[in-house]
Amino acid sequence: MDLSALILADSRFPGGGHVHSGGLEEVVARKLVTSVRDLPGFLSGRLRTAGHLAAVFAAASAHAAVAGGNWSRLDSELDARTPSLAQREASRAQGRGTARAGRIAWPSPVLDALLAETPRPHHPIVLGALVGIAGGSPYDAAMAAAYLSVSGPASAAVRLLGLDPFAVNAVVARLDLAAVCAEAAAVAGDDPAALPSPGSPALDLFAEAHARHHEEEVRLFAS
Amino acid sequence: MPAEGHGHGHGHVHPVSFDPTATEPDHYDAAPTAGRAYRIGIGGPVGSGKTALTAALCRALGDELNLAVVTNDIYTTEDADFLRRAGVLDPARIEAVQTGACPHTAIRDDITANLDAVERLEEKFPGLDLVIIESGGDNLTAVFSRGLADSQIFVVDVAGGDKVPRKGGPGVTTADLLVINKIDIARLVGADMDVMTSDAHRMRGELPVITQSLVDTPDAPAVADWVRSLL
Repeated sequence: MDLSALILADSRFPGGGHVHSGGLEEVVARKLVTSVRDLPGFLSGRLRTAGHLAAVFAAASAHAAVAGGNWSRLDSELDARTPSLAQREASRAQGRGTARAGRIAWPSPVLDALLAETPRPHHPIVLGALVGIAGGSPYDAAMAAAYLSVSGPASAAVRLLGLDPFAVNAVVARLDLAAVCAEAAAVAGDDPAALPSPGSPALDLFAEAHARHHEEEVRLFAS
Repeated sequence: MPAEGHGHGHGHVHPVSFDPTATEPDHYDAAPTAGRAYRIGIGGPVGSGKTALTAALCRALGDELNLAVVTNDIYTTEDADFLRRAGVLDPARIEAVQTGACPHTAIRDDITANLDAVERLEEKFPGLDLVIIESGGDNLTAVFSRGLADSQIFVVDVAGGDKVPRKGGPGVTTADLLVINKIDIARLVGADMDVMTSDAHRMRGELPVITQSLVDTPDAPAVADWVRSLL
């Protein structure tokens, strides 16, 4: 795995990811996740839906960074697969943060072109582009995106519920990221419109509910 | 031309060219704050008076400076609401960010959310002179990244115990200004002000210490003067 993918997937990477819980805060508020027993269901569901989607677009973007691609089309295709406004905003906030750090770590005309076309890029797209620019593969980019889709909520569960960090870590270690990432890498060169569109209506609705609660009472996490 | 200087034939070099037609780039970095607002971070433990100090600075400086505030609330919009209710600043000039349960991370290790908020304010209010970034209450090790704050104030109070300055930690020892707050109640909580100030100076060397009570001086004049001296 390329170093760039490890750095981008590291929770110490300063891209603004630590303020997002990937819907975990909302399901905790609704008492749908209350213990470590509830976590595998939530995380594997998120991996197979939002995580898979992020992996697909990160892989496609890593491919496009090398082979050339249309950043606006990739952006609008991912937009179309993200029906919740709150999730689109969370993705673009993290994308902007990742671009801010990535411009300094991996400066490139390819990144400049991406940001000229899409100044607030979606997170998986800028993440994938950075991995591709640094010399990593679409699979590496998919792995970083898929891992982030579950590591963020897992860390939020430790902070919000005080769960045993070793038990939570073991839940993450048992998730089948490889299968999701192999599927994502296999279609990395496809036309953006033909890319898969896995979705989770429940996560979409929870993201919207979380954003509405923000207006009444600020939560710890931005999403 | 040698990069380290410009020889001109009489045995010495000048560090810069005095030739008015020279076209090479300026050797000196621009001031890091050029073209943007100056950013002051206010940190310190929970309940030490960070929000009250922020409000006092808004009152003291709001008429003379183009000013905005970013709050890092812990669990509610309490701090942002307090400032809005206090009427010290146009509510549109106050942005609140979420910290993902880690206030120190948001001001030190990953400053993205705070930088985004500062940039949103700069877009909304062109020509901002000063942005005050108020940290969520944290511990004695929580200091601002120099990538976020140009200068920082660490606020402790007498009710937290008069041993706090002696305990040190990066907040007490390295902040550009240490404020010891609520000195009007020192006697009531059994805090010895001589001990606190002498410990603070011993821990901080030449760095300044201000003791204040926002009950006695609601506009924090000493801190406001310190801020003016930076701009």
